[in-house]
Amino acid sequence: MTDSAAFEPLAMDFDGAGDGGERALALLLLSMADDEFVIGFSDSEWTGIGPILEEDVAISSLAQDELGHAQALYGLLVNTVADGRDADAWAYDRPPEGYLHARLLDHHRGDWAMTIARRYLYDTADAARLEALAGSSHQPLRELVAKIRREERYHLMHVQTWIERLADAGGESRARLVAALATLAPDAGTVLAPLPGDEALVRRGIVTEAFATIEARWRDAVGATFRSLGLPTLPPTADPDHARSGHSDAFRALHAELTMVRQSEVGATW
Amino acid sequence: MVMTAPLPTAAAVRSLLRSVVDPEIPTVSIVDLGLVHDIRVDARGIAVELLPTFVACPALEVIRSAAIDALVGLGSPVDVSFTFAVPWTTDRLTDAGHAGLRKAGIAPPAPPADVRCPFCESGNVAMDSLFGPALCRSLFYCRACRQPFEAFKPI
Repeated sequence: MTDSAAFEPLAMDFDGAGDGGERALALLLLSMADDEFVIGFSDSEWTGIGPILEEDVAISSLAQDELGHAQALYGLLVNTVADGRDADAWAYDRPPEGYLHARLLDHHRGDWAMTIARRYLYDTADAARLEALAGSSHQPLRELVAKIRREERYHLMHVQTWIERLADAGGESRARLVAALATLAPDAGTVLAPLPGDEALVRRGIVTEAFATIEARWRDAVGATFRSLGLPTLPPTADPDHARSGHSDAFRALHAELTMVRQSEVGATW
Repeated sequence: MVMTAPLPTAAAVRSLLRSVVDPEIPTVSIVDLGLVHDIRVDARGIAVELLPTFVACPALEVIRSAAIDALVGLGSPVDVSFTFAVPWTTDRLTDAGHAGLRKAGIAPPAPPADVRCPFCESGNVAMDSLFGPALCRSLFYCRACRQPFEAFKPI
């Protein structure tokens, strides 16, 4: 069991959500939905101020995709937990400490190099996670993942091009990328840190491999790319017991922003 | 004694759905876009299942309500929902769908090397950006007629 303090309020939230397997499924769906929601909202802040017009459009598209994936994943969670909360309630009506996104996404979007470095680390880890869900025994998740993976292919092509461009450019571009990776890399593995109930997820075939196995494969792949670009090796995950809790001030500020309209008129129909 | 109207056929439902278009591509019906996954008609009513092109497509609700509007005249309760039962892919576009896209100035989906300009048919084109003004499209430039154009992303 990882991070039990952070998951405690959720254990209460999931009363009536069936046995331990259902709870593990709910935690998986919520952590994935929160990951997509937070990176999607955070990257959408580039809309209108992207470094060049094409990238303004691209990052806005990527952010829109992630928000759509979050909405669909919250939708699956609504059916799993079935406590009367809809997708919007899950997305907007929790305090900052109730979010389960990975610590990698707690960082401010920073400069363009920071955004690209974070997208690279997240998208590659997310792709490894989606691969292990492609054969999931949970049919609604398997179907959604099949659709999402077709879209994420474009995300990977985009971010692979950019990380090579920044790394090969030398000068300030490379220096900023290296600085961004130094900040982010210790948190990169948090996306694939085991969830409470990891064993139940594997036993039931909801995830086809343990997260430790998925993480090792992702690390090998990213390591090979970094070696070919002469970038520093990925360090081990810092503080793996708090991979999805103890959120940062940067996230609290983002949370205040993203809940602002919803909170301005509680219960309103928009 | 209550007279029961005959149930509409699935073919009649499909035919009416041909009047429903993507609000951003008014030259292509949702049938030719390959959005219609399933049509069921029974005593409970008409149930239509549609496939989203992209998960985050903002046009979904508009398409759903337009489909309901198109079918209410049949006199049965109408339910239109979206499903991920099979992933929508660009292979689902019909020939009429391809023609409709060209008419709207959008190149039909193809590998980047095979994209042709929807205005002059030239293959002398270059991709400007993988991402365009909608999730489903990329940006290209035609060197022959010197027009920028959008191409449907193969997915």
